[in-house]
Amino acid sequence: MTKEVTKLIHKYLRHDKKFPHVWCPGCGNGIVLGALIRAIDRLGLEKDEIVLASGIGCSGRMPVYVDFNTLHTTHGRALTFATGIKLAKPSLTVITLMGDGDATAIGGNHFIHAARRNLDLTAIIINNQIYGMTGGQHSPTTPYGCYATTATYGHIEHAFSIAELAVTAGAAFVARGTVYHARLLDELIEAGIRKPGFSVVEAMSNCHVQFGRRNQIEDPVTMMKWLRDHAVATEKARKMKPDALEDKFTIGVLADLEKPIYTDEYQKVRDRAKSLARQ
Amino acid sequence: MRTPSSKNRRLLQGNEAIVEGALTAGCRFFAGYPITPASEISEMLSVRLPQVNGTFIQMEDEIASMGAVIGASLAGIKSMTATSGPGFSLLQENLGFACIAEVPCVVVDVMRGGPSTGLPTNPSQGDVMQARWGTHGDHPIIVLAVSTVLDCFDITVQAFNLSEAYRVPVIILSDEMVAHTRETVALPPVDRVEIIDRVSPSMPSEWYVPYEGNSRGVPTMAAFGEGYRHHVTGLVHDVRGFPTQRADEIQAFISRLFQKITQGFYEIQITKSFMMDDAEVAVIAYGSVARSARRAMSDAREQGIKAGLLQLITLFPFPRRSVESVLRQCRAVLVPEMNMGQISREVKRVNHFACQVEKYNRIDGELIRPDEISGKLAKL
Repeated sequence: MTKEVTKLIHKYLRHDKKFPHVWCPGCGNGIVLGALIRAIDRLGLEKDEIVLASGIGCSGRMPVYVDFNTLHTTHGRALTFATGIKLAKPSLTVITLMGDGDATAIGGNHFIHAARRNLDLTAIIINNQIYGMTGGQHSPTTPYGCYATTATYGHIEHAFSIAELAVTAGAAFVARGTVYHARLLDELIEAGIRKPGFSVVEAMSNCHVQFGRRNQIEDPVTMMKWLRDHAVATEKARKMKPDALEDKFTIGVLADLEKPIYTDEYQKVRDRAKSLARQ
Repeated sequence: MRTPSSKNRRLLQGNEAIVEGALTAGCRFFAGYPITPASEISEMLSVRLPQVNGTFIQMEDEIASMGAVIGASLAGIKSMTATSGPGFSLLQENLGFACIAEVPCVVVDVMRGGPSTGLPTNPSQGDVMQARWGTHGDHPIIVLAVSTVLDCFDITVQAFNLSEAYRVPVIILSDEMVAHTRETVALPPVDRVEIIDRVSPSMPSEWYVPYEGNSRGVPTMAAFGEGYRHHVTGLVHDVRGFPTQRADEIQAFISRLFQKITQGFYEIQITKSFMMDDAEVAVIAYGSVARSARRAMSDAREQGIKAGLLQLITLFPFPRRSVESVLRQCRAVLVPEMNMGQISREVKRVNHFACQVEKYNRIDGELIRPDEISGKLAKL
């Protein structure tokens, strides 16, 4: 097992370049990065074919550590850059990596439109319910009543459910996992990349430093246990009564639809344009 | 001016000529958002690009358009967006990314009255300083201004060429008047137009240093997916493209960004002179006002005034040498503009001579007429 991990590290990380990384001890981001690398390895994709694009925040630093074509864009805009890359070179596997504030606050508009448009992109969103890098301000997924550096008296807004938002916006594939359920996360990311069309994988994660510390769950293990105890598999949730699910969230695949892919459709546009121009 | 041969004569509006220029220059990707008075560029490219295996996409806003343009350019495709004031404000954030990551791209701003929603259907030159300094932080950028429909073609080609040669975003400032004026122009045959492409690496991938400048200070550019895996970031980075906080590396990086443009001043700073040889008074103008000024010159000459015109094609980097030689030669210079005096301030900045510099401004959404300019000249 250790040998397997070492092999993956040597194959995929820019280990001689930018380490040590910027994340705090116990951060869930490393688990998501591990899941992403394992998924890519299992899919057998060439490193040259992969573009990993991120936004801004702790999650935004992830691309610098891996040996793909990597892009660290502006805050909230990863999907817009990814859209240009995918349209210019559809053969590339384009994966974006965002945080909860990145994807659903400043980048919220791009997120819902990317879901509607249906390019073959994979959006991995690490949801730790807080702005970590900037010092613990409340994000669109900070729960009502929680504390943050900009919600010192308790948060009075209501949280987005990112995966459900993606389903409503029309994403072809939507899944949610957690950094506690690491094997499931591997599978969901793999399925997301494999799926043609716009895929969203929300990874619930822990930020004990900026979120936990202000909300009486100060260590990563307690936060992991919280994720374990509040996650319900989608199949199981279907059989449960709504009030039993009140403080829970579902994990697994939430949507898997067949929709026309943008680049395929655009090729038809080109064919129509050319045949009309000839007439 | 090119003599229109009957074969190539076409009746075009300014926005259409920008489309023709972009396609001739090799633009194969456009992302945009509807806005008056630039929308025709989107509409026409949505028809034309798919015919040549290019891609047109209408994005959710101008922020997204600029992001997509940068993404497509990073994947190796020449890319452009077109907008007007409010959209130009929105895309400034990602324009800064194109500056720091040295991503070639062209941004057309068809100026309308501002601020804010302002005067959507009237011309203005109010975005000159925003074009130069709209995105935050110290950055070099190239800003070109179009004055006629033929300019729209020629300067759009030039914009792509400069952008590719220097790996810098180039802004084309048009205005509602140029955009919607229709005139007959003769476009050159495609094979007669000089096209410049970015220099791609040819060395083995392990030798590739993505942000190491060549003798001109411009790094070679590998497209994503060509085997030269590298990191592109909006953070200040070292020559390998990785974020750095080392003062020496930061200093060297930002300096190179400026130096690559400074070294190219001779090629980048484009101006045109009309009747300047014996001029005692001169007009310095750009955009649609330069067209009025040209007419004003001949009117003034008829009245016996020895007047000349310096038309600025390049607004930034400010063509200081050409402006200085006019200031040295003439006793008075008039700078007419459809703003409160954004370029006249630049002219005054470089006026170390005994030249009287006067501004003439209209901010009422109306074009400055030739008789207004010649009238002002007569009083200088």
